[in-house]
Amino acid sequence: MKRYALRQLLQLGVVVVGISMLAFAILHVIGDPVLLLLPLNAGKEEYERYHKLLGLDKPVYVQYWKFASRAVQGDFGKSWYTDTPAFTLVLERMPPTLYLTSAGLVAALLIALPLGILAALKRHSLVDNLCTMLAVAGQAMPIFWLGIMLIIVFAVRLKALPASGYGTWQHFLMPAFTLGAFLAPLTMRLVRSGVIEIMNMDYIRTARAKGVGENTVVVKHAFRNACIPIITVLGLQFGQLLGGAIVTETVFAWPGVATLTVESIRNQDFPVVQCAVVLLALIIVSVNFLVDMIVGLIDPRIRLG
Amino acid sequence: MKAVSARGEVVLEADEPAALRAGPPRMSLRRLWRFKWGVAATAIILTIVGSAVWAPWISPWDPLSVDIRHRLGPPAWMDGGTRAHVLGTDQVGRDLLSRVIYGGRVSLIIGVAAVLVSSSIGVLLGLAAGYFAGRMDWTIMTLVNVMLTFPFVLLALAVIAVLGPSLVNMIIVLGIADWPLYARVIRAETLAIREREFILAGRALGMSHARLVFRQILPNLVSVIVVIATLQVARVIILESFLSFLGLGVQPPTPAWGNMLGEGRVYMLNSWWIATFPGLAIFVTTLAINLMGNALRDWLDPHMKL
Repeated sequence: MKRYALRQLLQLGVVVVGISMLAFAILHVIGDPVLLLLPLNAGKEEYERYHKLLGLDKPVYVQYWKFASRAVQGDFGKSWYTDTPAFTLVLERMPPTLYLTSAGLVAALLIALPLGILAALKRHSLVDNLCTMLAVAGQAMPIFWLGIMLIIVFAVRLKALPASGYGTWQHFLMPAFTLGAFLAPLTMRLVRSGVIEIMNMDYIRTARAKGVGENTVVVKHAFRNACIPIITVLGLQFGQLLGGAIVTETVFAWPGVATLTVESIRNQDFPVVQCAVVLLALIIVSVNFLVDMIVGLIDPRIRLG
Repeated sequence: MKAVSARGEVVLEADEPAALRAGPPRMSLRRLWRFKWGVAATAIILTIVGSAVWAPWISPWDPLSVDIRHRLGPPAWMDGGTRAHVLGTDQVGRDLLSRVIYGGRVSLIIGVAAVLVSSSIGVLLGLAAGYFAGRMDWTIMTLVNVMLTFPFVLLALAVIAVLGPSLVNMIIVLGIADWPLYARVIRAETLAIREREFILAGRALGMSHARLVFRQILPNLVSVIVVIATLQVARVIILESFLSFLGLGVQPPTPAWGNMLGEGRVYMLNSWWIATFPGLAIFVTTLAINLMGNALRDWLDPHMKL
């Protein structure tokens, strides 16, 4: 287990360094920050002064080292737009994003679990075929369009839900469903194939032979064991879930990190973009690490393989 | 072992390899019926591609011609709609149907071009990782894992932010962001094929690495590559339209489904059609591509695990 954990940690380190290099490259290699900061009519002297002030006259690896050593202490520089530290700005917007992600995950499970189990138990029936069609359609659905359609129907026409914003539980319904619809097709297929596989296992036959009721067989024996692969894949899909949350946030004007990032990109406020990218990557990587550890504990075949 | 029929013909040869016996997939009507969804989807895709290619002849209006007097006109079947503008008009009076037809060009070009870029990179790296194994494998697969854990959308957003939005930049960014999936699948397949006898035989004959990889291994992977590439076109189209939706992709006034959707969002309070139809076009296109990809997989190799 120790070796397995160390190997995963090493990979985690590589990922974090890679992402930080990318975030650094965004500003320093591809663009010229001085040109972005100074007004258009600034003279050459002014340009040289800022060039030196930002440390851009030093070699790239020195600049990266400075960036990385500051970033480790949570110092990504000040936002060029609001003059507050980028780290504070991003951190403030983090809770809404995490709430939305959790709500989306819950919504996805609420849709996918019952449908997936039902489809698996009634294989090749009408219900199963309908579920499959739903999954295929769901995977092709651009969720930003789904979000807009929901707004048009429920907020504009029926006036039943708020179109955008954040605060009450009503604000959560449409974004959570949108994000849930993004993750549900994959989850449903996993649940379905997991339950089908396990229903053919010997211990299910044993349970039935013992005279255990069918409901107990499905819930206690089949579903619990099907959970392991589902947790694994969902955990590893966390990055994609966060990606879906980014899309959802921009549609519903959700005050999370993604909206902040898109705003900052529009304002060319690169310290904030860098900070958001690095922090989101850190969260994803930590979640993946935790999932790997949990799965490694549950299933020894994975950590030894 | 040979089984001989009453008339003395050999009807079964068990030693014969399965691949020779099966022959190319036969197209009988029953077989075609099994792929009815795929056939229907292919017909839809051909229609969409055709109307994008021949857009200047098909679309009733110039997609850029502004007509302020008829702005925000509803679709033909609603009160106040005219038959001149079947799907209505947008905020400056441009014909929505024409713009949806033209918008397909951007999505299809970016989708196909980005997939060509990403599949080339992914297949090459996947072959290298699977064939050479060892340190090369570790390096490439670490890179793949880094990119697969990180959300595609955020990466594309960050890079486009600096490069600036344009058609070519979109193709580059989406192409580079999308290769890891190919690399992972191709690596796994290559690892399996590498152990087969014909590779050993090739090696014994003194074939070079390049010849083994490109002439002996790669041809076995064509169907896998075709299936993944098909499915990825749909994914790239969704991502492209999201970037355009945010205003970070193809810039107006060039009609693209994504930026039309983004513009339509502003007017959704009164004019729902501006946002609805471009989105519907994206949905139908990606759905048809996915259905075709699934059918292609079942047709080429039902045992393919994707």
